[in-house]
Amino acid sequence: MTTIPLEHVLILASILFIIGFVGVIVRKNTLFMLMSLEVMLNAVGVAFIGAGSVWQAADGQVMFILILTLAAAEVAVGLALLVRMQHCFKSLDIDCLNQLKG
Amino acid sequence: MLLAVLPFYPLISFLLLILFKKRLSWAQASFLSVGAMFLCTLTSFILVFSLDSAPDNVISVHLWQWFTLGLSVPSASSATESAINFAFYLDALSAVMICVVSGVGFLIHFFAMIYMKDDENYSRFMAYMNLFIVAMLILVLADNLVLLYLGWEGVGLCSFLLIGFWYQEKENVLAARKAFIVTRVGDTAMAIGLFMLFNSLGSLNIQELSSLATMQWSIESEQAYWICLMLLGGAVGKSAQLPLQTWLPDAMAGPTPVSALIHAATMVTAGVYLIARMNALFSLSPEVMNYVAWVGGSTLLLAGFAALAQSDIKRILAYSTMSQIGYMMLGLGAGAWSASIFHLMTHAFFKALLFLTAGAVIYALHHQQNIFKMGGMAKKLPFETSLFAIGLLCLMAIPGTSGFFSKEAIIGELWSSSTAGAALWWCAIFGALITSIYSCRLFFLVFLGNTRFTGAIESSQSKRLKGALITLAVLSLIGGFIALDFNTIFNSSVIAWSDSGQEPSWLHTVAIATPFVGILISWLYFKVYRVALPEEVARLAEKSETHFIIRFCRNGLGFDWLYSNVIVTPFTFIAKLNKRDVVDQILMGTAWYVTLWRDVLSASQNGLIRWYAAGFAFGLVVIVGAWLL
Amino acid sequence: MIKELASIESLFYLAASIAVIASLKVVSRKNTIHALLYLVVSLLAVAVCFYLMGAPFAAGLEVIVYAGAILVLFVFAVMMFGLSQDDVKHAPQAKGISHWVGPVILALCLLAEILFTIESADVQQRLNATIVSSKDVGILLYGPYLLAVEIASFLLLAGLVAGYHYAKPEAQGGHL
Repeated sequence: MTTIPLEHVLILASILFIIGFVGVIVRKNTLFMLMSLEVMLNAVGVAFIGAGSVWQAADGQVMFILILTLAAAEVAVGLALLVRMQHCFKSLDIDCLNQLKG
Repeated sequence: MLLAVLPFYPLISFLLLILFKKRLSWAQASFLSVGAMFLCTLTSFILVFSLDSAPDNVISVHLWQWFTLGLSVPSASSATESAINFAFYLDALSAVMICVVSGVGFLIHFFAMIYMKDDENYSRFMAYMNLFIVAMLILVLADNLVLLYLGWEGVGLCSFLLIGFWYQEKENVLAARKAFIVTRVGDTAMAIGLFMLFNSLGSLNIQELSSLATMQWSIESEQAYWICLMLLGGAVGKSAQLPLQTWLPDAMAGPTPVSALIHAATMVTAGVYLIARMNALFSLSPEVMNYVAWVGGSTLLLAGFAALAQSDIKRILAYSTMSQIGYMMLGLGAGAWSASIFHLMTHAFFKALLFLTAGAVIYALHHQQNIFKMGGMAKKLPFETSLFAIGLLCLMAIPGTSGFFSKEAIIGELWSSSTAGAALWWCAIFGALITSIYSCRLFFLVFLGNTRFTGAIESSQSKRLKGALITLAVLSLIGGFIALDFNTIFNSSVIAWSDSGQEPSWLHTVAIATPFVGILISWLYFKVYRVALPEEVARLAEKSETHFIIRFCRNGLGFDWLYSNVIVTPFTFIAKLNKRDVVDQILMGTAWYVTLWRDVLSASQNGLIRWYAAGFAFGLVVIVGAWLL
Repeated sequence: MIKELASIESLFYLAASIAVIASLKVVSRKNTIHALLYLVVSLLAVAVCFYLMGAPFAAGLEVIVYAGAILVLFVFAVMMFGLSQDDVKHAPQAKGISHWVGPVILALCLLAEILFTIESADVQQRLNATIVSSKDVGILLYGPYLLAVEIASFLLLAGLVAGYHYAKPEAQGGHL
């Protein structure tokens, strides 16, 4: 069975990363920014899994698990903050957060 | 040496007064300033008397060497560099000048002591007056032209400071600025003359110059012409002659003692002194002497006409000063050196008297200076009236007064002079006529007739004030008998009553009779001022405000208007156009550049998270791109 | 040629393209729920890719944890706090296409650089089709990466506490 070149996996990872990045920069709604961050994290995971598959090591998957954990914690905290933001500013526009003062 | 310390009394007084301005009481400040002047006067007289026993009738003293100038032109003097020294040179000419400056200066300081007593900046005033005396003494005692120029600039500075003494009023400051700038034009011409002089003769020491010039330049040479013309330019600026005369009437914005000291007795005579001092050079250029005579002659007529139309008492006296200095210039141009200096001395006496008495009158009338609002002061202020009358008699050159002797001395030499002539003689006579007419007009309007002044008249009862005025009056009367001996300096004695052949015999008679004719004309023509009711005079005053010729004369015969439109307006226009010139743009460019960076950097610190994320990406792009390339 | 069109590989490319398209839709939607669902699709597609790369454990985790827990958390938050509609003022489409131009260009530059790096690095390796089973992953986790696991559990605890604390209602002492 022929296999997929690692290059293509890396290309996929970078495309997904860039798409997520564009989402972070363009969208003003904090919720969408968080979603785009998830896309970026996911893309990184793709790259790790691909590398792990090439070397037949499980390290790639372990890294992916850690990233997953990170994403989970981040989402939990992020959403809680989002809820606070909605309560304080009555809107989810991230430009409301341009002052250091809360 | 007495000569060496002469300018230092008022200099020390000036420094002390400036250092301790407000902490000195009136008595202390007066003691310092008037005391210094007294010492000056005393020293001057001692020096004058010791002049007779000095070798060659000259006293000179060298204080220190200021700097040296290199030689650019091989000249008859040795190949060493020319040294410019702080050295004083006293001969008969300087002796007259220091006596006049110190003596009249002392009397005026004495007067100012009382007159400016209530001014809150009294110390500053006396300090500036003393500084002026220092500068004037340096000017007349200098043995080289650079030191003279130092004194020249010093008196210009003090004139500026003193005219604008009450600087809170804008007109005073503008008048001071005008005086400074107009005299500056003359000073520049003089500086160019000094440069040309050094270039040509290699020295700036006055005695050396005189001998070098007579040796090296032929009569009517190019160099003599241009250099003397430049020096004339300087003299014209300082002495308020045509064409640089516009500053003197406006300079009356200063306090009256200032007008008396600077703009009557001393500073404006500096130009006359300069030409007299450089008589050796001027004798080598008869064309320029002719110009000097014409400048003097035209100024005296112009000023006379202007004085006829004025309504401010001090401006009349200012134009009168301009006219009398015109006489001195006329005398110099005609080669009557001694006569001109004699007239300088007597003029100092009676003009100071006139100004100070006018000041007393103004003070008594609570600073009213418009003569159409005065009148009938003879009954109210008899003392001032008599003194003013004495001054005017001297001004008009009535026989017996000092003014008579000096003015006749000048007029007597005009007809047969090679650089003046009959035309200028007629100018002088006509000028004397106008002098007497405006003097009488002034006297009638202020002192005779009925009072137009509404308000209390309080004349100053100070004995010191009166003492100073009486001294000046006495000097004006007897000054004609002071013998001045300029034989060693000029080649003519003061009074040349010689009948040198071609002169018609009626010259002297006409000259002596002229003032009387003037008095007669004024008596009849200005009768209305003498006897009429106040309302009629007020009506006449109003009519004169609107009459075209009178207005033209009052505005200095249109010179202010001319200069304003021909010189000042184009200059300010070009300056405004040039406001954003190249240098300005470069500097503004620097500011713009900095502002640009500020805007860029502050925009990048806007607190917006997405911008920061984009910043990450941008930085990454740049770094990776740099690494890839 | 036929080898290259083997179904397994084409499945991979298909799943990859689905993931890319879904991600594009995620960042450009107006409706929050729609965007979340597209994200789910993207994650599922990526899970397929994982499986084809020989990492079934990762694929399972992706579906269960990422799509099943994290995104459900998103959905819950959207539901409970009424964040369903991205208001007009937040929607990029309202501003027109010019809003996207700058970031897209920047991103394309970055993408170009990354692709260039990948190309020039001349990666020769190919994926191995053999499966790395969950047992291997487990051995690694309880072996060299034990510390990392413990730290990850700290992280989760911190996330838990923070999430609980920040979203407390007022009645219980929060600032909500």
